[in-house]
Amino acid sequence: MAIKGPVPEVPAPVWRNFKDLQEWEQLHQRRPEGDKHSALFESVTEGIHSFPGGFLVTTVADNFFNWARKSSVWPVTFGLACCAIEMMATFASRFDVERLGMVPWASPRHSDLMIVSGTVTIKMAPMLERIYDQMPDPKWAVSMGSCANSGGPFRHGYHVVKGVDRVIPVDVYVPGCPPPPESLLNGLLLLQDQIAHFRRTGQRAAPNPKVD
Amino acid sequence: MTADQARTLIAERFSSAQVDGTAPIVISVPVDAWVPFAHFVRIDLGCRFFSFLTAVDWKEQGLEVVYKADNLDDNVSLLVKTRLGPSVTECPSLTSEYAGANWMERECYDMFGIRFDGHPDLRRILLGNDWVGHPLLKSYAVDTPHPPYR
Amino acid sequence: MSVTAAPRVELDYTGSERLTMNMGPQHPSAHGVFRAILTLEGETVVGVDAVIGYLHRCHEKLAETLTYAQYPSIASKTDYVAAMTSEFAYVRAAEIIGKIDVPKRAQYLRVITSELQRVASHLLWLGTWCLDMGGALGGGATIFLYCIRERELILDLFESLVGARLLYGFYQVGGVRYDIPTGWAAKCLETVDLIDQRINEYERMLEENPFFLVRTQGVGVISRELAQEVGIGGPLLRGSGVAYDIRRGEPYSSYEDFDFRVPVETSGDCLARYRVRMAEFRESLKIVRQVLDGLPEGPISSRPGLKSVAQTRIPKGEAYARVEGARGEVGCYLIADGSAKPYRMKWRGASFSNLAVLPHIIPGHKVADVVAIMGSVDPVFGEVDR
Repeated sequence: MAIKGPVPEVPAPVWRNFKDLQEWEQLHQRRPEGDKHSALFESVTEGIHSFPGGFLVTTVADNFFNWARKSSVWPVTFGLACCAIEMMATFASRFDVERLGMVPWASPRHSDLMIVSGTVTIKMAPMLERIYDQMPDPKWAVSMGSCANSGGPFRHGYHVVKGVDRVIPVDVYVPGCPPPPESLLNGLLLLQDQIAHFRRTGQRAAPNPKVD
Repeated sequence: MTADQARTLIAERFSSAQVDGTAPIVISVPVDAWVPFAHFVRIDLGCRFFSFLTAVDWKEQGLEVVYKADNLDDNVSLLVKTRLGPSVTECPSLTSEYAGANWMERECYDMFGIRFDGHPDLRRILLGNDWVGHPLLKSYAVDTPHPPYR
Repeated sequence: MSVTAAPRVELDYTGSERLTMNMGPQHPSAHGVFRAILTLEGETVVGVDAVIGYLHRCHEKLAETLTYAQYPSIASKTDYVAAMTSEFAYVRAAEIIGKIDVPKRAQYLRVITSELQRVASHLLWLGTWCLDMGGALGGGATIFLYCIRERELILDLFESLVGARLLYGFYQVGGVRYDIPTGWAAKCLETVDLIDQRINEYERMLEENPFFLVRTQGVGVISRELAQEVGIGGPLLRGSGVAYDIRRGEPYSSYEDFDFRVPVETSGDCLARYRVRMAEFRESLKIVRQVLDGLPEGPISSRPGLKSVAQTRIPKGEAYARVEGARGEVGCYLIADGSAKPYRMKWRGASFSNLAVLPHIIPGHKVADVVAIMGSVDPVFGEVDR
């Protein structure tokens, strides 16, 4: 009895031309089925489900683990440009983010979240990919500011990547130039809602239909 | 040393230079007098503060290299230009006179393709080492695509 | 004797091992995307190769495609910590070419915002520098949190004036865009008094701390000649004994009406630059008080409400306008060709020239000093990479 639902699709935004859409789809391929599935985990789960009331156990366990994950998301400080100053302001005295459990941590090996704040340039993109790869699963990414969302005011530049989602998969987009700390906090709370729906089988988080 | 004294000194020593204005004094020199003029500016006029060095692309007329040097004590500032001819991309380097010219000339090479003779370490500074093209030339489009990021 | 090139250290194979270490574009000392390839011999740095360009956002090329009314808000993104001064340089260059008069009230408003921005920028500098030197979880975070608390007060003032906290489009060619709302002047004076008091506290806290003194005294000495040859500016120049401030040397925007002192220190090390910036705090607050005292009535722009692209035209000409930013000389070399967009625009970023001094001063210091020196040089990478 395999509980393998369909991978939740994040709805694609409206694109201006077909080529952009094709490219977006290429970068957002579904993960292969064998990715991040632990065979041992699956067999243990099936064993639990074979008992009456077994579903209760796994659902409660799911909720518990998701609560633990969302209450202690450690962002890796990835400040690139102006948005980094607003990110630092969010981490600091007035808009304290530590009350949500987020401790900004410099090392990617020990963090769960990457807040890409600032313009991603072609020279920086490989470094960004490398830092993202160094983060252990489960990991999330927040694109902060219009430069990270889509290239921002510098979109027509020759050295600017038109949005960080051309490099890494993004979970929450926070608009603004720069987004004031209130906006970033809103985005981080939305991310916590997404994490609450995270399935332990490693599927990408489903957006919360009530909130977005 | 006032601006007028500086202008008379320049007129005496470098008759091929065209002088204009007082703040800053805009001077056009031919390319072969580029480094001697810089030496004169630094030692005799006392303009030891090197502000910036850049280039302008005047399409068919070629490139023009511009630098600015200031005398902070007497408040004299000089903007010195030279026109490299059409399709000329070589220029003597000012690194022997001013240490600040090092990074500025690297940036000019990066953006315009001007090779500075005598520069100790001429390589790209702002763009990656494998970048093709020199962006600030007028023939380069601002949204030139660069695979794989388009 | 003039310094012409960074010292080239010869490799010697007498048993000492040279290690090449990368202080990559992402590192905890939160200064931005900067890569320093350090050559180490034990703990001492013997060579530095600074790789920049990770934030090259094509400002100069983009400016050729944007009109004079559109670009100032993009200009703030060069020096994003002191965004008001970046816009100032561009707008002033356009006004010099077009011989556009700026009304007196607008000039005074520009002075207030520049000085408040300088205070906000120095507060951030102090916070992040102490954070780097003290560690993010240790004592460094103390000063960081205090300084950010004060900086938020200034950003509140900006928010009620312009609507934005960090990046504004406040300066227009011909004046400024918004006028001060009622009650702003009183709030501003209150904030200024509060910050004055609190800076005294922080200064005492730091100068009575022996670790702070050990880490900054004698570290990163920039000599007078090197300072001028490389073209560094602002507190770095004044910390090395050169008494030059653009607000005094080439006064712009009514700075000659105000009475303020230009602080200068001669030792050229990190402590000297720290002292210069702390003194600059107080001078800026003094200027803000004087401006608010004597703010004249009048229009805030000589070209208000531009309605068409044709009105944004600037006649043919060229100019180099510079402004004393928080980091030094921020300049804009603008060549206009009579249309609504510039022909060529060059940003002379203060941090670009400031960073160019690093290969000259870092060799000989320990790795931990690199962090202290980088912090006292205070680079902002929007200006470096443009």
